[in-house]
Amino acid sequence: MKRVAIAVAAVLLLGAGVAAAATVAPPKGPVSISLPGDAGMAFKPGPGVGAAQASCLTCHSSAYVSTQPVLSRAQWTAEVVKMRTAYGAPITDAQVPPIVDYLTAQYGKP
Amino acid sequence: MRKIGRHHFLAGSVAALGASALPARALADSVQLPFANGERPLLAFPQKRPLLVLSPRPPQLETPFAVFDQGVYTPNDAFFVRWHLSNIPQHVDASAHRIAVTGEVNSPLSLSLADLAALPQVEITAVNQCSGNGRGLSAPRVAGGQWDNGAMGNALWTGVRLRDVLDRAGLKATAKQVQFDGLEGPVLPTTPDFRKSLDVDKARGDDILIAYAMNGVPLPLLNGFPVRLIVPGWYSTYWVKMLSAITVLDHVDDNFWMKTAYRIPDTPDNSVMPGATGFPTVPINRMRVRSFATNVVDGAKVDPKLQELRGIAFDGGSGIKRVEVSLDGGTTWRDAALGPDVGKYSFRRWSAELQTRAGQTYTIAVRATANDGATQPATQGWNPSGYLRNVVEMYKVAVG
Repeated sequence: MKRVAIAVAAVLLLGAGVAAAATVAPPKGPVSISLPGDAGMAFKPGPGVGAAQASCLTCHSSAYVSTQPVLSRAQWTAEVVKMRTAYGAPITDAQVPPIVDYLTAQYGKP
Repeated sequence: MRKIGRHHFLAGSVAALGASALPARALADSVQLPFANGERPLLAFPQKRPLLVLSPRPPQLETPFAVFDQGVYTPNDAFFVRWHLSNIPQHVDASAHRIAVTGEVNSPLSLSLADLAALPQVEITAVNQCSGNGRGLSAPRVAGGQWDNGAMGNALWTGVRLRDVLDRAGLKATAKQVQFDGLEGPVLPTTPDFRKSLDVDKARGDDILIAYAMNGVPLPLLNGFPVRLIVPGWYSTYWVKMLSAITVLDHVDDNFWMKTAYRIPDTPDNSVMPGATGFPTVPINRMRVRSFATNVVDGAKVDPKLQELRGIAFDGGSGIKRVEVSLDGGTTWRDAALGPDVGKYSFRRWSAELQTRAGQTYTIAVRATANDGATQPATQGWNPSGYLRNVVEMYKVAVG
C-alpha cells in the first residue's frame, strides 16, 4: 500500500517527472543473500571439455557459451582471443586450439 | 523437445540442470524464447520471483514479458538483473556503506547513506533498459547476452541528485568526466573492473540520481542495494549498482568499459552492414523510442472475445506523443489511446480496441512516436553488438 501511495503521490506531484518528495528514508543495516553458483549448469561432455572448464569457468558459468547462437570456428576463436586480450583470461597460446576445437564441436559449426 | 512459442512454459527441462543449490520449488519450468537456442530455465534467485536465467554466474535474469501487462511499474522481484563480473558481494551493510568522492574536487568526501539523507530528496519514474535488450533477435545473430525483450523495467526511484553530491565536493575547473564504480569486481586481477563515466555536464543534469529506493522500498541486492546510479533516458550500462566510488576525471575515461565495450557505430543511424569493420564508434547513450503489445504473444492464439489490445511505450526522455497499431503488418494504422502520463522517462501505457474474426490470422504491429518526433523503423539497423533495437515489433496471431 505504501508503494501505491507513493506512486499516486508521484503522479500528482511530478507532472514532468521530477519533484522533491521526501517519503522514503535510506536503508539501514545489512542484507545477505546466497547466490546459487552455476545452478547445476555445466559444459557438455566431449574432447577438450577439461580445457574449457579450466579456462572459462573461472569467471563465468557455462551458460555464457551454451546460450550463444551457433558460432563458426572463426567466431569462437575470436571469442577465446577476446577473453584473453580484453578480459585477461590466463590462456596460453597452446591452450587456444583445444578450447576452440571443443567450443566449435559442441556449440558451433565447422 | 517440443518447440512452442515464446513465453509458454515447458515442463521437463529440470533434469537438464542436474544438481542445483536452489530449492526444488524454484526449478519448475523453462521458457522457449523466439530464437534458436533460446530455452531458458525459470529460477527464483534471492529476493526475486522465478525469472528467465540467461546466466546464473554472474546473474543475468530476464523478466517474463507477461509482467509488463500487469501495470506501469515493474515489481522489484520481477525486475531484470544483469551483472558483468562474478565477484559480487552477497552481504552488504547499508549502515557501513560509503561512497568515496575523489579526483578533481576541492573536498574529497566519504558519504554514508545518512549523509545522503541530509540532501534534498528526489523521486523520478524511469525505464531501466539493457543496451542489449532484444539482442537475441538480431539478424544476422551476434555473440553476446542473448536477451529477448525482457531486459527492461520501469520503477519509481528515490534518492538524491548526483549534482548535489558533486557540488558538496566542489568540482575543479579541470573536471571533464565523472567515473562511477560499484562493489562488483572481477574474479581475476587481470580483468578490467566495471566502471562507467559521464561527461560533467551530463552528470550535473537535473535527473541524474543516486537512488536508495526502488518502488518505495530498498533495492533488491541484485539490483544494486544499497545505492545505484540512475541515468533516466540512457541505457542501463550507466546505472552503476552498489555505487561505492565517484571519481572526477580530468580526461575522457579510457577504461575498457568506456573505450572498447558498449560502443555503437558513429554513423547516421548507428548501424553498419553486417561484417563491416573499421568504422568509428562512440559510447552508447540515449535510448531509442520503443513500443510493445503486452497482452498478445507472437505465434499464439487469441481469444475471439478479446476486445482490447494494450501495451507500453517509452523513449529516451522526451515522452510518448503517439502510439499506433496495425492488424495487417503495418500497411494500415490507427491511433491507440494513451494511458496516464507518469513521467517523460516512464513506460506509457496504451490501449486500442481490437476487432477480429474467429478463424482469421493477423499480424499485429505497434509503432510509437516520441515528443521529439522520433519514431520506430520498419526494419532494424544492424550493429556488431546487437544494441539499440527499436524496430516496430510484430505479433502474428490466430484468432480462435
